[in-house]
Amino acid sequence: MIERTPILNFVTHAILLSGLVILLLPIFIVLIATTHDLPTVNTVPMPLWPGSHMLENWSAAWTKGDFARALVNSLVVAVGVTVGKITIAALSAFSIVYFRYPGRTVLFWLIFITLMLPLEVRIVPTYAVAADALRPIKALFSLGNIDIGLPEWNLLNSYTGLILPLIATATGTFLYRQFFLTVPEELCESAKMDGAGPLRFFWDILIPLSATNMAALAVIMFVYAWNQFLWPLLVVNKPHMMTATVQLDRIVPGPLFGQPPIWNEAMAATLIVMIPPLIVVIMLQRWFIRGLIQSDK
Amino acid sequence: MADVSIRNVRKSYGKTEVVHGVSLDIPDGTFVAILGPSGCGKSTVLRMIAGLETITAGEIAIGGQVVNALEPRERGCAMVFQNYALYPHMTVADNIGYALKVAGVAKAERRRRVEEAARTVELTEFLDRRPGQLSGGQRQRVAMARAIVREPKVFLFDEPLSNLDAKLRAAMRLEIRRLHNRLKATSVFVTHDQAEALTLADLVVVMNAGTIEQIASPRDLYRHPASRFVAGFIGSPPMNMMPGVITAGGGVEIAGGGRLAIDLDDFDIEIGRAVDVGMRPEDVILDSRMQDAAATGQPALAFTAELTEELGATRLIYGKSGARDFAIAMPASSPQLPHGQVTRVHAAPARIHLFDQTTGLSLRNVARAQAQ
Ligand SMILES: Nc1ncnc2c1ncn2[C@@H]1O[C@H](COP(=O)(O)OP(=O)(O)OP(=O)(O)O)[C@@H](O)[C@H]1O
Ligand SMILES: [Mg+2]
Repeated sequence: MIERTPILNFVTHAILLSGLVILLLPIFIVLIATTHDLPTVNTVPMPLWPGSHMLENWSAAWTKGDFARALVNSLVVAVGVTVGKITIAALSAFSIVYFRYPGRTVLFWLIFITLMLPLEVRIVPTYAVAADALRPIKALFSLGNIDIGLPEWNLLNSYTGLILPLIATATGTFLYRQFFLTVPEELCESAKMDGAGPLRFFWDILIPLSATNMAALAVIMFVYAWNQFLWPLLVVNKPHMMTATVQLDRIVPGPLFGQPPIWNEAMAATLIVMIPPLIVVIMLQRWFIRGLIQSDK
Repeated sequence: MADVSIRNVRKSYGKTEVVHGVSLDIPDGTFVAILGPSGCGKSTVLRMIAGLETITAGEIAIGGQVVNALEPRERGCAMVFQNYALYPHMTVADNIGYALKVAGVAKAERRRRVEEAARTVELTEFLDRRPGQLSGGQRQRVAMARAIVREPKVFLFDEPLSNLDAKLRAAMRLEIRRLHNRLKATSVFVTHDQAEALTLADLVVVMNAGTIEQIASPRDLYRHPASRFVAGFIGSPPMNMMPGVITAGGGVEIAGGGRLAIDLDDFDIEIGRAVDVGMRPEDVILDSRMQDAAATGQPALAFTAELTEELGATRLIYGKSGARDFAIAMPASSPQLPHGQVTRVHAAPARIHLFDQTTGLSLRNVARAQAQ
């Protein structure tokens, strides 16, 4: 029901605005904090007007966190996870929905179960595999008391190690499966009559049709991968492989070591780390909405 | 172009057989309509020709080549689906040209053929639109153009007009027929609308419950239905049916009263046999000797009119003959029949159909019927 009266208009806008203020206020305070020197930031209450130390705080945060390097690492990981995830999700869902083969349902439920096993739950075995990717194969052979002398394949401190475990979740597969199920069967049959093989159909028909889904999944996965903290902390111990989120932790020196937190620089670092996912969300959101308007199945 | 030969084809889904041995020869260039009630297996037969369903038993050959093991794309058929199945993200031109693109036809050649096909179905001005921006009839045309552009050996249609409104349907029906007259490609058209089948096809295949009841030209189908099912399915309102017994001297005694004259030589029957008697509403003749007919002993049925429907050129009169429902169709110009009054009706002996009561097959003497 759409109602338009001046009073109602005013009330809805007031609610909307107050929501926006509640959301933006903390970020505003963070931004203000990055413009003062340390003593000012630590006064109570902190002034709400911008100070004059913004540039020096931001550049200090930039160098301390080695963000030139860390942001690139994070970007590689986030893009890698996003691309890998979308590829695997689309292909596995395609196989499950469009092909009839024995064990198909079992396979789907196996993938589905991983929804209940987020990385945090399976972190120890995952780490073990990351430390030697061939270990599961070795374990399998050692069941039969065979040592096939495989080398050790260490994924620690590598992009592969950072990316692969984050790709292996069922959310994307599930999303794509639900989408493929809504695509009318005649489209597939029509493509068959037109002479398109399975991959052709997948590439020419399903992928363009799922552009909206892909944008949604890309946003979710990029932010998810960018925000990962525990996993990079575990598999990376060389400074040049650190991701941005892990670097944040290094900028705020723990009180355990007796140092007061340098809040103004820490806040600047936080904002730096926030910017790339923000850009991705803004960019893809426009695309996403365009897809919503144009597509009709 | 090619002929299509279906030899004793069966289809089972799991344990249930839905097509029970269908044989059909479609000569090159013929327009065949498969007609039947919902769920009788029409689409299944069509999809087996297309290669979208596997053939459980039997053989299908297109242009002399058995295609059982061939992929849809290798069979040279083009199909028009009921809901058109256009690719929503492609423009009309891309939709039409997709098959050519997949086949690797060069871009210039592809464009030329797409434009030609679009011209054939009068779509030229819509080539840059997407299916979502077209009306139902226009989408239907895109689907047609998509089939035409491939220059297939066989056109397959699965109820392509059933999503259109009545007027558009009649217009598209004409266009499809015109197109066929021009292209002369073998076509198989599935429908449950008898008007569509009778107006479009050279040859109509009537299916019922997974078997073929009759294969005949529209005219023969109407005049000489091969079974009680076909007789009841073709024609609207349906043929009047009543049980009766053959009597000596060229008559059939209708159960519940009345008698009709028949020509015994037209049928393979013997005196005393119980049969089902059929009479089309439009073949019914009002008896002019109304009152004294009983006295003269002229064979006729009693009919009581209950309801009149004016359909423009014709008038339908529904009523009862004895306890049975009975319908009459007559020109709207003929005099009104007062409701509630008993009238006597009969039909020309040549227009009376007799069917076996158990098998439902027509008892008409085939050799004589064909000689007519
Ligand atoms: N995939 C399937 N699995 C099991 N049974 C099926 C399947 N597809 C069709 N059938 C059955 O086969 C029979 C014939 O189906 P078909 O689609 O050929 O009917 P139809 O004559 O085209 O009917 P309609 O006019 O409603 O389209 C139906 O009884 C249907 O239930
Ligand atoms: Mg059907």
